[in-house]
Amino acid sequence: MAAAASRRVLPGFGLTLGYTVGYLSLIVLIPLSAALIKTFSLSWEHFWQIVTAPRVVASYKLSFGTSLLAAAINSVFGLMLAWSLVRYSFPGKRIIDALVDLPFALPTAVAGIALTAIYAGNGWIGQFTEPLGLKIAFTPIGILIALVFIGLPFVVRTVQPVLQDLEAEYEEAAASLGANRWQTFTRVVFPLLLPALLTGFALAFARAVGEYGSVIFIAGNLPMISEITPLIIITKLEQYDYVGATAVATVMLFVSFALLLVINGLQAWTSRRMGRAR
Amino acid sequence: MFPMIFRRGLVGAMLLASLASLPAAAQTEKALLNVSYDPTRELYADFNNAFSKYWKEKTGEVVKISQSHGGSGKQARTIIDGLEADVATLALAYDIDEIAERSGKLPKDWQTRLPNNSSPYTSTIVFLVRKGNPKGIKDWNDLAKPGVSVITPNPKTSGGARWNYLAAWGYALKTNGGDEAKAKEFLAAIFKNVPVLDSGARGSTTTFVQRGLGDVLLAWENEGFLSINEFGPDKFEVVVPSLSILAEPPVTLVDEVAKKHGTTDVAKAYLDYLYSPEGQKLAAKHYYRPRKPELADPADNARFPNVTLFTIDDVFGGWQKAQKTHFADGGTFDEIYQPK
Repeated sequence: MAAAASRRVLPGFGLTLGYTVGYLSLIVLIPLSAALIKTFSLSWEHFWQIVTAPRVVASYKLSFGTSLLAAAINSVFGLMLAWSLVRYSFPGKRIIDALVDLPFALPTAVAGIALTAIYAGNGWIGQFTEPLGLKIAFTPIGILIALVFIGLPFVVRTVQPVLQDLEAEYEEAAASLGANRWQTFTRVVFPLLLPALLTGFALAFARAVGEYGSVIFIAGNLPMISEITPLIIITKLEQYDYVGATAVATVMLFVSFALLLVINGLQAWTSRRMGRAR
Repeated sequence: MFPMIFRRGLVGAMLLASLASLPAAAQTEKALLNVSYDPTRELYADFNNAFSKYWKEKTGEVVKISQSHGGSGKQARTIIDGLEADVATLALAYDIDEIAERSGKLPKDWQTRLPNNSSPYTSTIVFLVRKGNPKGIKDWNDLAKPGVSVITPNPKTSGGARWNYLAAWGYALKTNGGDEAKAKEFLAAIFKNVPVLDSGARGSTTTFVQRGLGDVLLAWENEGFLSINEFGPDKFEVVVPSLSILAEPPVTLVDEVAKKHGTTDVAKAYLDYLYSPEGQKLAAKHYYRPRKPELADPADNARFPNVTLFTIDDVFGGWQKAQKTHFADGGTFDEIYQPK
């Protein structure tokens, strides 16, 4: 019978599904729907007016723009880091490997304060860049640096295991068939890594969009220039404007969800193309 | 260092335990929660000790007082959301108005229940500048000059910053014969000189003092004094403008909570004690201007410079009105950053 034919290692599909849905509801869906329901108390015109106010729109551009850029930077450098950690052995490798996870562990406010102290005009790095006309702390560049910092582990940790599984034979085969190094990388290695890289990109991006603690110290928080969307939400809360805050949060939620859906779709597409359909 | 942290953790744990066992011990021991704003930390640490001693002598009851500090608006929100504060001592009346309005835990006329608008101590807004005052900042109009960098928190999120903003606005009105449009231009010129808007007063102090950003910090008078104490008079000095605002941080009983806890009498006595000679003395010691300076230590009083002060009621018609005109979405502060 069908049930016997598809016998699983762990019994109880019903139980598993129930557990999955129940747990997700409790942890994710209920809090999020509370935000949505609060938003529904607004009329459509009022909602639209809140979420398209010039200050709020400027903050979307800043938040999503810097988050995408930070995730892209992390994809490039995270890949390089993962590569050198997997393919080479050198003294202190394990320490560097552990260092990668630090941005996960550090309270984000500490990260923000530390970065600000370093990049401010009187900081270790800021004192050299500012005379050259490059202000980092209290500008969007500072936001970008904070987001790169907190997003780094995601790319490294998603690419690393895939890279470890990637046999060196592929590269040897490519070389023996006459491919040069560039061709081997772009045609053989990179396509195999791309799905993992996209996952890392998506995670780093999602983390960056929601980040508040570290950014707030280094951003400068000037309206229209360096105000991130989470700060707009906090500002509205400080003014007891719960509904306005959830309206902006809802927009953020939907945009993030749409972008993640696209990235995940891309990831599924690339892994199918590589013949590793899940 | 380690044992210290451990001891603090232990005290915290004991505090929690004592809160948990509250109903059982209610006859002999009372607990008060004072929810306050950021820069009162030191004042209330001192005052709570004094009051516990006084209450013990008077009634024989032991009273344990816990404090909670944070941005004034955030603290008000946690009370609205259900934090069981017996008394609230916040940075501005608007925040307590909101608690009354949104939670109904205290009557709307709360501010008339205690003397002096329910503010046992006051403060004002002054300038903190770098030693020697290299930019020659003397008064509000110097802040609007090009090339001067001004540090203030965001008035949308910080109570202190609202006092800053209103003080500057009041000065502009007075020097321009009450012209509102001119006042807005003046504020716009000042905020053009602001490179960072931190979310709270302590954040701005850090930006100015630690990061070395800005020529002048707009600060609570008591924060200004504390910064000088901590970092040395060889680094900073206080400049008092010709005119400033009388900042009245109000205190109140949260009626419903106190009733539920059975702490109404002790909470009331706690607030009254702020007006007593001992309370006034402690306020002055911690750089708050006492309402009755004759009760405070003359040496403490001598530290407060003379400055002409105006009140929010005189110039702005109270907090509700000031909030709506200046800080609500679409108010004058928003218009400074996105002109219509």
